[in-house]
Amino acid sequence: MADLVTVRLKVNGVEREGRCEPRKLLVDFLREDLGLTGTHVGCEHGICGACTILLDGQAARSCIMLAVQADGAELMTVEGLAQDGKLHPLQEAFREHHGLQCGFCTPGMLMTSLDLLRTNPTPTDEEIREGISAVLCRCTGYQGIVNAVRAAARTPGGSR
Amino acid sequence: MTTPTGTGQKWIGRSVKRVEDRRLLTGRGTYIDDHPPVGNLFHAAIVRSPHAHARILGYDLGAALALDGVAGVITGADVARHSKPFSVGVTAPVHYYCAATDKARFVGEPVAVVVARSRYLAEDAAELVQVRYEPLPVVVDPERALEPDAPVLHEAVGSNLANNRRLVYGDPDRAFREADVVLKERFRFPKYGSTPIETYGVIARWDTLEGVCTVWSNFMGPFIMHPLTARVLGLPENRLRFIVPPDIGGSFGIKSLIYPYIALLALASKLTGVAVKWIEDRREHLLASSTGTDRVAYRELAAKKDGTILGMRFKWFDNVGGYIRSPEPGCSFRPTGNFVGPYRFQHLEVDASTVMTNKSLTGPNRGYACGHLYFETEGMLDRLAEKLGLDPVEVRRRNLIPTGAFPYRTPTGGLYDSGDYPATLDRAVQLAKYAELRREQATARAAGRYFGIGIALAVDPSVSNMGYVATALDPQFRAKPEYLPKSGAVDSATVKVDPLGRVIAILGTTPQGQGHQTIVAQIVADELGLVPEDVTVVDEMDTFTRVWSISSGTYSSRFGSVGTSAVALAARKLKAKLVAYAAHLMDRPPESLEFRDGSVRPRQGKGPSYSVKDLAGRAHWNTESLPEGMEPGLQATAVFGFTVARSVDAEDRVNSSNTYGFIAEIMAVEVDPETAAIKILRYVTVHDAGTIINPMIAEGQIYGGALHGLGGALYEELAYDEDGQCLTATFMDYLVPTACEAPTIEIAHVVSPSPLTPLGSKGLGESSSMTVPAVVANAVSDALGPLGIRINELPMTPSKLHAMIQKARKT
Repeated sequence: MADLVTVRLKVNGVEREGRCEPRKLLVDFLREDLGLTGTHVGCEHGICGACTILLDGQAARSCIMLAVQADGAELMTVEGLAQDGKLHPLQEAFREHHGLQCGFCTPGMLMTSLDLLRTNPTPTDEEIREGISAVLCRCTGYQGIVNAVRAAARTPGGSR
Repeated sequence: MTTPTGTGQKWIGRSVKRVEDRRLLTGRGTYIDDHPPVGNLFHAAIVRSPHAHARILGYDLGAALALDGVAGVITGADVARHSKPFSVGVTAPVHYYCAATDKARFVGEPVAVVVARSRYLAEDAAELVQVRYEPLPVVVDPERALEPDAPVLHEAVGSNLANNRRLVYGDPDRAFREADVVLKERFRFPKYGSTPIETYGVIARWDTLEGVCTVWSNFMGPFIMHPLTARVLGLPENRLRFIVPPDIGGSFGIKSLIYPYIALLALASKLTGVAVKWIEDRREHLLASSTGTDRVAYRELAAKKDGTILGMRFKWFDNVGGYIRSPEPGCSFRPTGNFVGPYRFQHLEVDASTVMTNKSLTGPNRGYACGHLYFETEGMLDRLAEKLGLDPVEVRRRNLIPTGAFPYRTPTGGLYDSGDYPATLDRAVQLAKYAELRREQATARAAGRYFGIGIALAVDPSVSNMGYVATALDPQFRAKPEYLPKSGAVDSATVKVDPLGRVIAILGTTPQGQGHQTIVAQIVADELGLVPEDVTVVDEMDTFTRVWSISSGTYSSRFGSVGTSAVALAARKLKAKLVAYAAHLMDRPPESLEFRDGSVRPRQGKGPSYSVKDLAGRAHWNTESLPEGMEPGLQATAVFGFTVARSVDAEDRVNSSNTYGFIAEIMAVEVDPETAAIKILRYVTVHDAGTIINPMIAEGQIYGGALHGLGGALYEELAYDEDGQCLTATFMDYLVPTACEAPTIEIAHVVSPSPLTPLGSKGLGESSSMTVPAVVANAVSDALGPLGIRINELPMTPSKLHAMIQKARKT
């Protein structure tokens, strides 16, 4: 086993630190070392998007990067969306429009949708579909998700 | 009794927002990989065969065992020594162990398990395990596998035929003799699986001192697999505990086949003496979890000149891969009762062969066997329409089981409980503006465009009757005195009231996104005059604490039908007790009281009333206040079972499901002849699933099911080369539809309440997964009709379709 290295980063506004092998995947570091199990692993090869987080403000796959690569970075995971016990408008919209069933892709879908709305606050339906095509969902047929993202775009704070 | 249209229903029928969503949206779900249920967990990595067919000559474990942190390695030899093969659903001597013991028969078959301190370490050690193989000749095609010179996978069986049944209903030979028209076609259905985004996960702890093995996993049932696994492990059933976490990340039938891994990890725990966790990775999932079968089908149809179908012949070759494993050959027999679909013809012959080849193993995938069935049948209906110059809607209308014929007994033993098929088809025709679509098509064709309209109908079976599996066995075998018949489909629920009048409902189900907590809160709220927020629903299956039976689980669209029935009955039992107790307190006859708005009140006139909260407090705090003979405690458990679930009869007739919905779909597409791209212009689907408890959730099931069907029709295939190597072991090669491929769907409902369930509900979970392959194929065939192209093979990938178009244009 290789020597452990220290990884320091800011997650959801909180400074965090952990020691892990240099080869440890960021998603495993988040889940196992920091206890943030909201971010899910669906394929480990960067296609399904369940592990999507925001890395320095941009959507990134945490399953195809190493924890050491995120040293010093600022991360946002699904756990950082709700504030003071209140759901984020995007989360509210997913609930309102049945944008989730089993919930497994949902963390990645939420973070991807947030990234979409931050870069394009008034997307067309086609742009929403294009934007969320980075994440695979096998339950919803995507319709509820498209409806939710459209509704969130119209809500103040939807791209907060 | 509350009727589906009764005034007692405030919450049933409403799109109540889901109880489950808050935790899932905030990353607080509890999936199998999230929270270790026991401390000091070790991790497993599985060594898998790189060969499609090879004899195992030996193992060299030295390097792996020498690695620091490795607790042990178990091999197929240990599996053979310490476990038994699983029982299979056929009489052929197929020895299916949880890992390869003598030969590997497909790429990805487990051959050894490494147990180590971390998953990273376990994978390091797995790379050091050396397995010596002697590669053997390979066969992947089910028809080729039955040729006399084909390599044989199981020497004890002697051929690759796992099972064959010839079922005859009515007099098909006469039907074909008397026919004006006989049509014959060959179809191919692909091997695909609905690949839940959460993969398999198992945590096993074998406590050798207590003699109890506890397994946490995202297994979805059927729990018949529990006794089967207990037998494999040599454990009494009350020493094997299955626990399922509250959240499962999708399943669609696929996670019913996790049971061999449960056995494998239990053995790994037993032999290494530590608790072991294994989370499947995506490559493992695509190589070696489960898919539906690929099938070659030969179909024949006999009809009169007016389009009346007299009979059909089905000849099937279902490819179950390296081993037939339970519940196969359900791939052939699960729809026995609805083989004839929504049509009233009486004469049918089914020749069903289940074939083993060097591909991965199969089992239920959403719509289990019905996607295959209706792809073929609806294709035949369109060919008949074309042959007779009839409209495809008209030819179907002429053959539908008529309104008013329900309950309807099919020639194969199915009992369709309710429905109005002609009205449902009419609704689809109306919603799609079918006549207008045909005019549009004429205009498009005149302009040289390839515009097509497809129709597909399906009887949507829910709640499998366990008895159907015996259709695979010969009636002479079933007639032996030592043979034990099988039947049944039950579910249970417990409802209890706490001292403050709040309710907890406990289920033995394994939801994978279907919203059971929400649905149950709606039902209990209606039954007890509460609001859904007053009801807490617990649905973490545990075979040591829940009331369950072998058919338990969340599969075959069960919950909407049998699960909701158990909940309603448990609530009604409890309600009756509350009324009896209140009658005692009021000193009135119970018949003079009723349960209204959460209180027990006199039916007529004024008088005291007791709220649920009031009664609960008194009953819990002061048992002296109970009437003589009343059992203390405010709780009720109900087990609901269908009396129409009977074992298969001597003529191979069986009511293979218990409630039967109906689907009518119309789709319009345009095909670009240059790129072969298929554009879905309209897609209308009308469902009759009886009473709809939560329309939002029901529509979610339809959207999801439709996209699974579309995946199989256009994109998804577990493809193999001639050497048995899987060509689609990543999501870069196995194409799951994204939001860009998902069509807009127009959904409508027709409601024919089931007379068999207390709420009139039926299942809806598989829904359009079983119709979309047919409706797309028929629409594309219609679009390319002018080129003489008919779609008999899926998936219609752009390359395949392009080649067909090019060939047709040249000739």
